Amino acid sequence: MTGFDLTILLGGVVAGAAPILLATLGETITEKAGIINLSLDGTIMLSAMTAFVVAFNTESLVAGFVSAAIVGALVAAVVGIFSIYLEQSQVAVGFVLTLMARDLAYFLGNPYTRLPGPSVGPQPIPLLKDIPFLGDVFFNHSFPVYLSLLLIGLIWWYMYRTPQGLRLRSVGENPGACFARGINPRSLQMVYVLCGGFFVGLAGATFSLCTKPGWGRPQGAEGTGWIALALVIFGGWHPIRAAIGAYLFAFLQVMGIYFQEWFPSVPAQVFQVAPFPLMIFTLIFINFAQKESVIKRAEGRGWLQVILRLFSGAMPTSLGKPHKTGQ
Amino acid sequence: MQEKNGMNTSASIHDKAIVRFSRDLVLTVLVVVSFTTLIIVLSGAPPLAAYYHIFKGSLGSWVKLGHVIRVWIPLTLCTCGLLYTFRIGLWNIGVEGQVIMGAIFATYVLRFGMDGRMATFFLIAAFVAGVAGGALWALIAGYLKTKGGVNEIFAGLGLNFVAQGIILWLIFGPWKRAGIASMSGTELLPRELWLSYVSTMRLSPLGLSLALCAIIVTAVMLRYTKIGLCLKALGSNPNAAHIFDLNTRLYMLLAMVFAGGFAGLAGSIQVTGVYHRLIPAISSNYGYLALLVAMLSNYNVWIGPVVAFFFACLNVGSIQLPMMLQLDSSLSGVIQGALVLAALAVHAWRIRARRIAEETWN
Repeated sequence: MTGFDLTILLGGVVAGAAPILLATLGETITEKAGIINLSLDGTIMLSAMTAFVVAFNTESLVAGFVSAAIVGALVAAVVGIFSIYLEQSQVAVGFVLTLMARDLAYFLGNPYTRLPGPSVGPQPIPLLKDIPFLGDVFFNHSFPVYLSLLLIGLIWWYMYRTPQGLRLRSVGENPGACFARGINPRSLQMVYVLCGGFFVGLAGATFSLCTKPGWGRPQGAEGTGWIALALVIFGGWHPIRAAIGAYLFAFLQVMGIYFQEWFPSVPAQVFQVAPFPLMIFTLIFINFAQKESVIKRAEGRGWLQVILRLFSGAMPTSLGKPHKTGQ
Repeated sequence: MQEKNGMNTSASIHDKAIVRFSRDLVLTVLVVVSFTTLIIVLSGAPPLAAYYHIFKGSLGSWVKLGHVIRVWIPLTLCTCGLLYTFRIGLWNIGVEGQVIMGAIFATYVLRFGMDGRMATFFLIAAFVAGVAGGALWALIAGYLKTKGGVNEIFAGLGLNFVAQGIILWLIFGPWKRAGIASMSGTELLPRELWLSYVSTMRLSPLGLSLALCAIIVTAVMLRYTKIGLCLKALGSNPNAAHIFDLNTRLYMLLAMVFAGGFAGLAGSIQVTGVYHRLIPAISSNYGYLALLVAMLSNYNVWIGPVVAFFFACLNVGSIQLPMMLQLDSSLSGVIQGALVLAALAVHAWRIRARRIAEETWN
């Protein structure tokens, strides 16, 4: 049995969470602006394939990441155009794209299956990596991992501390009011849909060039998009809480390896589905915590209120209902 | 004279609708064919050869046609089920898991009859159990929606993954073949527990007739019964519940039970009629694909099976691609997705054009 080393475990969690984190943050931005991009799972696959193929042919990792981000934004653009400008169901378009982008990735990536290709190596940060414990957990990774860590704070700051962030939140709450205030809700939403897709694209590139280098069918990134979508809800549409969710999930994944050693009779796939029942329970709890009778009963009981507040993630009011012409 | 005039205009309106429909159809197909051709060219393969192999691989022989119909059956059953949930405005994405649960429940019953005695009894029991399994899984999603306030998309999706986890656990754990646990599935069922089939096409007449029954039952239910009317009313007008004093939650659960039941039936047929065992990919993504079928057929019970047949042809035909052209068989998924997207775009564009026309008239 392998030794149980906390530093390695936490380091693994921080590294493993990077792609999920990028996708979750991207989707949080999109949904905060009131649009659901359901195509995440397919987008991640398609951008992962693009990143690998481009990096393989150009021998440039940067080109791989950039092209993946562009592909992510392009798929998001389709969702945006269909839902914002053509007023079609976001769920329908997103779902179709989920399946289609994944199949497109398998189809176009077929000649590159199981080829050895470039991947991002670790780049420890000088000085910081020498801090005991923390250095190994946070500062001994590759570039995409640092990016994911940095983005948590950056996106939170943008959303809650800048005027642009206020507009982003308001367009998700009430696009009609935005319109009345002289902001074009449609173009604003489109910008953040593209922006979210950009980060989801980076998540795909992180998979095929860093976390699980290479391309194949299956690649190993399948299902991540759905998890990211669940984590956005788990995080109550808040970037920092979504990040906590992503780390929790990565922790479960890493623990799955240990669990497999402890319970060898249970197949690994069972541990992989563990986050989904958790997601459902969280969703029930969120709904429960918003009921008036429950809130009333919690009054005067400190610990209960703390728990309720933990689950009180408020959905952007106009999520999934874009601004219509003539409204 | 007047009457004749009236008939003339109604006939010409009808003609116009047909013209418009065929124009839209041609436009959609044109967009999809150019997109697909572009994708195939991008992958460096000859497009015409790819189309030819898909056609020949699906309709080229009786055996191939039998394979297409074997795919068509579960796809049509799932599509029929989805029509109930779409009528009331529910996005039953959990249909995939409902197929899996149907297959699991059916297999559970069949495992008692492995010695091959009382085969008919066990087959009937397996179908009943399969339908119940699918309905139960849908009911959980329904309750999560109506009581727990969980969006049916996330509830259904979560349950899909849970069902996938359960089936893998069963195949690798308690139900594994003696000594070997592998992706190839559980022990093969004894011959007595296979649905009888026509040997030239390997096609079970019972499965086919069940699918045909499902179409007719669904058509009648949705068109001529109170349940169908209420589902439609509640789905298209949120105030209907109030006006007609209907219990929205009850009808939502009812729609879910129907959808899950049909999906469970599809799962049971997959076990008894197609694979004769439980395999991890027993649902073969037919649930997800059925959502596309329902969307592309514009939720019409008669067009649905036609679209399902075409999708089944694509699925079966594209199996030839890896062998003949070293292409991935996922091309079928690309074509199917492109079809739905193009149809949505043409539809939206049509509405837009009509609105602009109305605005200029006014």
